[in-house]
Amino acid sequence: MADDRDREEAVVAELHKKIKDAFEVFDHESNNTVDVREIGTIMRSLGCCPSEGELHDLIAEVEDEEPTGYIRFEKFLPVMTEILLQRRYRPVPEDILLRAFEVLDSTKRGFLTKEELVKYMTEEGEPFSQEEMEEMLSAAIDPDSNSIHYRDYITMMVIDEH
Amino acid sequence: PGLYHSSTKSRDTRTGVLKAVLIIQKWYRGYRARLMARLQYALTVFQSIEYADEQSQMQLSSFFSFMLENYTHICEDDPELVQRLLASQKCIKERQDYVELVGVPDSYSGPRLQFPLTFVDIDCLLEAFMQHQVLHAHYVLEVLFETKKVLKRMANFNHVRTSRYAEITICGDLHGSLDDLFLIFYKNGLPSESNPYIFNGDFVDRGNNSMEVLMILFVSFLVYPNNVHLNRGNHEDFMMNLRYGFTKEILKTKLNSKILEEVYTWLPIGTIIDNEILVIHGGISESTDLNLLHGIERNKMKSVLIPPMEGNRDRPIELKENKTGGPVTTTPEKSKANEPASEHLLKHEWEQVIDILWSDPKGKSGCYPNTCRGGGCYFGPDITSKILSKYQLKMLIRSHECKPEGYEISHDGKVITVFSASNYYEQGSNRGAYLKLCSGMSPRFFRYQATWETTLKPLYQRVNIIEISAIRMLKEKIISRKTDLIHAFQLQDRKSGKLSLGRWAFCMESVLGLNLPWRSLSSFLVNTDKDGNVSYMSSFQDIRIEKPVKEAQSTIIETLYRYRSDLEILFNVIDADHSGLISREEFCATWKLFSSHYSVPIDDSQVDELVKTMDLNKDGSIDFNEFLKAFYVVHKYEIMKSD
Repeated sequence: MADDRDREEAVVAELHKKIKDAFEVFDHESNNTVDVREIGTIMRSLGCCPSEGELHDLIAEVEDEEPTGYIRFEKFLPVMTEILLQRRYRPVPEDILLRAFEVLDSTKRGFLTKEELVKYMTEEGEPFSQEEMEEMLSAAIDPDSNSIHYRDYITMMVIDEH
Repeated sequence: PGLYHSSTKSRDTRTGVLKAVLIIQKWYRGYRARLMARLQYALTVFQSIEYADEQSQMQLSSFFSFMLENYTHICEDDPELVQRLLASQKCIKERQDYVELVGVPDSYSGPRLQFPLTFVDIDCLLEAFMQHQVLHAHYVLEVLFETKKVLKRMANFNHVRTSRYAEITICGDLHGSLDDLFLIFYKNGLPSESNPYIFNGDFVDRGNNSMEVLMILFVSFLVYPNNVHLNRGNHEDFMMNLRYGFTKEILKTKLNSKILEEVYTWLPIGTIIDNEILVIHGGISESTDLNLLHGIERNKMKSVLIPPMEGNRDRPIELKENKTGGPVTTTPEKSKANEPASEHLLKHEWEQVIDILWSDPKGKSGCYPNTCRGGGCYFGPDITSKILSKYQLKMLIRSHECKPEGYEISHDGKVITVFSASNYYEQGSNRGAYLKLCSGMSPRFFRYQATWETTLKPLYQRVNIIEISAIRMLKEKIISRKTDLIHAFQLQDRKSGKLSLGRWAFCMESVLGLNLPWRSLSSFLVNTDKDGNVSYMSSFQDIRIEKPVKEAQSTIIETLYRYRSDLEILFNVIDADHSGLISREEFCATWKLFSSHYSVPIDDSQVDELVKTMDLNKDGSIDFNEFLKAFYVVHKYEIMKSD
């Protein structure tokens, strides 16, 4: 019993250090705060994959009552710890991602044209900004055919992450 | 029924498409964020190492102080050596002796300057440097002598006026980056009466073309002395140049660098625009006294590494020669009658200048020592307000710190940092910027990034390049402390070769002291098993320090590698005639002094042995550059960067 509690405490302690590392690297002033615009990056760097809507709600949870544009570590830590312990906002598995591309590729060609991808990503769902779209294209697009061979693209991204 | 069926189907399809799009967007944002985080980690590594290096500069400085303090004792053993190390800069010969000694051969096809300089010479230099030509030493010396002459007439602070029709451009650190200087001139035009510039220090070091950058700035200054304003930075310091690269450039040209050292000391401390904006390289402290700074003899500020000694009369001890030419210390009282003016600033004056050249603004209130860099201080918004209002100023513009976007505004808009060397740490690491302002208008910022590529690489490739570079640098730091690290690991481990991630991180930080997020970096540095335990010896398996001789002990090699840059500075200082050679006795004496101050646990005789075995003797002298070059790191799995 006591052993289990010790182990749990050790797990939590390690999580705290992990969260602190990720937070501190964006704490440019070294005063335990980060710009609110970096919270999404920090959370995602810890392995979480919230949607923009979910992120918006999370930010509201960690903000001060009077939002200052900065998030304090004391408020961020408990919220983030819970998220990691509960394994919420799990990342998208490779096969689900592949199937998503296949849904968009209704005629099963094995690729999407640049225009099709841009239309979907910038007009549907939680639309990309121009910067996000350009960045995705620069890595994904095959310049000769001006299309995105999504299977290859996914494989390349997965390899890069590991 | 058919219609009904197809509309549900199309509604399902719509929902399916929406779900798919959301999945891809969610995934991509997560992936991109992790790339940005990796970039941030890499930049943190670069910056931590950069500042830690600067800190060790200060350790070298305290070594010089230590030598001053133990002067008389050391003097008995080796008077000439210490004399050389501490000797005040003797007055250099007149221009004629140097410049005319270095003639320009007819076969020289590089740029030729005509004195007095005009804008034609600026164009000529730019053209020539763009074609990778080299300016002959004769002209370099001419420029340096002229620049010193003109700078000498100037006050400690430049005073500048702007108007709606006369904006001024302010550039930050250039650090020998010719590409960035070309880019700035391309975007913003060449300096002239109607296009004034302030260059806010750190023109040299780290980049590849410090000499070219310096020449362009000095020539522009000589042509337009009232419109091109040069502020001194912490790298306009011959000691810094020894460590950070500019000296190597100079030595290649066989130029005598004493004149350059003097030019540095005559650079103004700062510029004041319209009596309301202070432009200085580093920052301020709570005790910054502009009136004092206006009055000091700024050319007595030789180097951050040569502090005035703490005497009971707050004066450096005078080094004078007795009748036979040997050095003798005199206390100020005794020699009052015929005492020459001190060649150094008073301690509190020296500290004032250090604050100006080295300090960094921070969000936290107050003023406290800049422990990261080892010099100057951190100053908060309250300090900024206090000092600005004390002198009726509105804003502080400074440089000194690399910023991702080339500039940063802090302290409620009262402090602007502008940094003009893009790709400072690595290709893609940051943008450069300059700003234009005139009285009554807000400053306008211009950002850029120098690149030889025609298209931008995808983000993941750019991040990869920066990350690989940062990790490589970190690994070199790790290998240089291998012995201490293994010692720390073994204290925590019971011979299993493994440690928990937390314990490993603790050991890394306690030995290296870089304040880095070790857990997040662990995947690059060390092997971890499925339980999350670290095989700590795996950090050392794909990197080693090359042994110049097989028999040499690893600890000696490691120590010499670790202190390589400090030793380089010391040797260069001793090598007064820049021949690259010092005698065996001098070498051993230097090492002895060094190792006792730094408490290096190595027998001096072992180093002597090593030197003998390496057989770098050239008639009883040691080529110390060859010696130091022999200690380098080999990365077993070099990943070549793709072009």
